[in-house]
Amino acid sequence: MTQLEELVRQSEVKAPPFMPGDDDNDDIPLYAARRKIYPQSIHGTFRRIRWAVLLVTLGIYYLLPFVRWDRGPDAPSQAVLIDFPNHRFYFFFIELWPQEVYYLTGLLILAAIGLFLMNALAGRVWCGYLCPQTVWTDLYMAIERFTEGDRREHLKRESQPWTLETYARKGAKHFLWLMVAWWTGGAWVLYFADAPTLVKELATGEAPFVAYAWIGILTLTTYALAGHLREQVCLYMCPWPRIQAALTDEYALNVTYRYDRGEPRMSVKKADQLKAQGQRVGDCVDCLQCVHVCPTGIDIREGSQLGCIQCGLCIDACDNIMAKLGRPTRLIAYDTDLNIKARLEGRPAVYKLIRWRTALYAAIIAVAGGIMLYTLATRGSEGISVIHDRNPMFVRLSDGSLRNGYTIRIVNKQLKSRDFIVAVDGLPSSLVDFVGLPPRADGRQLVAVGPDQTKEVRVLVTDYSSTPPPASTTVLFSLIDVNTGAVAQMRDHFFGPEGR
Amino acid sequence: MADEHKHIDPLTGTATTGHEWDGLRELNTPLPRWWLWLFYLTIVWSVGYWIVYPAWPLLTNSTQGLLGYHSRAAIVDDLNALQAQRGPMMAKLASASTVDILADPQLIDFARAQGRVAFADNCAPCHGAGGAGARGYPNLNDDDWLWGGKIADIEQSIRYGIRSGHDKGHQGNMPPFKDVLKPAEMSNVADYVRSLSGLSTEAGADLKAGQKIFADNCAACHGDAGKGNREVGAPNLTDKIWLYGSDKATIVQGLQQGRGGVMPVWEGRLSEPVIKALAVYVYGFGGGEK
Repeated sequence: MTQLEELVRQSEVKAPPFMPGDDDNDDIPLYAARRKIYPQSIHGTFRRIRWAVLLVTLGIYYLLPFVRWDRGPDAPSQAVLIDFPNHRFYFFFIELWPQEVYYLTGLLILAAIGLFLMNALAGRVWCGYLCPQTVWTDLYMAIERFTEGDRREHLKRESQPWTLETYARKGAKHFLWLMVAWWTGGAWVLYFADAPTLVKELATGEAPFVAYAWIGILTLTTYALAGHLREQVCLYMCPWPRIQAALTDEYALNVTYRYDRGEPRMSVKKADQLKAQGQRVGDCVDCLQCVHVCPTGIDIREGSQLGCIQCGLCIDACDNIMAKLGRPTRLIAYDTDLNIKARLEGRPAVYKLIRWRTALYAAIIAVAGGIMLYTLATRGSEGISVIHDRNPMFVRLSDGSLRNGYTIRIVNKQLKSRDFIVAVDGLPSSLVDFVGLPPRADGRQLVAVGPDQTKEVRVLVTDYSSTPPPASTTVLFSLIDVNTGAVAQMRDHFFGPEGR
Repeated sequence: MADEHKHIDPLTGTATTGHEWDGLRELNTPLPRWWLWLFYLTIVWSVGYWIVYPAWPLLTNSTQGLLGYHSRAAIVDDLNALQAQRGPMMAKLASASTVDILADPQLIDFARAQGRVAFADNCAPCHGAGGAGARGYPNLNDDDWLWGGKIADIEQSIRYGIRSGHDKGHQGNMPPFKDVLKPAEMSNVADYVRSLSGLSTEAGADLKAGQKIFADNCAACHGDAGKGNREVGAPNLTDKIWLYGSDKATIVQGLQQGRGGVMPVWEGRLSEPVIKALAVYVYGFGGGEK
């Protein structure tokens, strides 16, 4: 009998026969009450991994704004800065302009496929270890255990009449939570302004209102989400659990209760008796440690489920018990249902990390990342965009020749001032004039563009060829740095009257 | 007890809502209770909006709200902030001469931005959105300037207008010749004028007679060679640019009725910096004259 058939049989036994008149069932609860979870502290491999991830991720988040990066006198010296007023994003040696925001698209693609890959390899790695909701909730739970005591102590105190100590402990907990939340909001705004300056301004009350507002908002959301809502975010708010459930496959490693080894579960005493009689017994002693340590309060022995964020804490809990009992560890482990069935049928377990799916995800990541790196490494630090006059399309001069007007914008992404010339190719005989720019001794008109700036200039191109140009001629605008020879180009058109 | 009435779906082990439709039942997957409270909270929040913002319509007005916020007042505040932000540059623009503005790249950029808007608001109806002009309204992109194309000339034309009646405005117009010249004479002189810029002439046209009539009647303003005179705004008749058109009928019409398009006075209607900004912007269309 399969598990499913067993489940159906049990529920049929439990369910009363349906009676006519039962369907005016108004007392069925349409809203579920919150079940408070008191996760127990635990030591072990996965707990250590989570501590490490927590330290690294929160450390990066809180300290990164203070890392300095020298870019010279004309640019901010903050390693990571989102400079909204000046429309710039700085990331160490990378500076992005608003028109390069497509790198963000690339990052989002990498992030999405990265999530897919993690999922195909080892399930909800993101949910269990890396998600901000998980990391902050983990920190908040540690604070809760520090102030209110571990699961037993906490439960005991809650069940008794509250004393002054209970209030003091709860007060301390909420104070610490709010401090962390406030620090979280504070660190957030430091990414948008020079961090040391803003810290000073915040302390003296001179910071802009928007900074205080954002700190307030993020203090509230952190306190509410990590302190109070916790697993409710994963269960009810977050779309990822649903999406990730759709992305997993039969070879993906998930935190799994190996029921082939664990069932039938029974106490140590009973197991010893039955074993003495030569009967088969399971390793699970039904101690509920896996349930007590679970931050979302589920029972992993019911199988893979929506509420499981796959943090691996139940593995640690079970391993500790198994070690004490002298039984083999990893009764709960990263495994697959496929392997459980294989072992039940006496076949060897199969672990396939390299599959078409994972190879494809890795390939997409490599290609997308490669394209991004290539464009980033080869992008020019100068640019030109050309807009042809729309009205008039062309102008006839007093000598009968034709002239087209263009507005060109020259981009200088370097942190120093540069001189450019612009050449226009495609017309047999033409004159290029930059309106308002005095010519140098050699007759050339130079356009000086300040550091990290753009410059708009108006260009008049006059055609002097003896044969009149056709209605439309393709012309090529070349922007040339007079000192380095770096070139940026853009195509446009030279227009004349129809039918000439 | 409610539990006795509960029907459990055998496959999922989940309670159903109790209703049955031809054997089908709906699983009851309850929303969290806090979700419901959040919904009530949004209703309470909306009441807060009524109190602090203008909300309920009254007979002649509406409730004003505790914050005293009004979208119209917000726009006025925004505009004032914008004026304050532009203040220093506008002052510079007002005090600098147009020649000085052209020597300062930063001021040029600012003036062109101001001029673009002012041109669209005030000049585009006659001269076109890009200054391309129309019949009788000069194209501001070309190199033919009736009253001069230097930045100071352009500023003068904008400030005091053309045939505007202002003392400092440009004067001089093309008088009607319908009582002075006979139709045949007009035809001859029209053909002669077309020949000046190399246009074809009508078969049988007496160009010699036309030249004589031109010298007697037209040369005073347009010059002996037809090169025009900027003092009186007389166009150069030898170039390829025609304000009203180059066909003979149009020229004859101009001879009969005269010409005298009017450009209004802008001084007093537009502020000092805006007039200068317009001059710089128009100068930038075709580069003006040096």
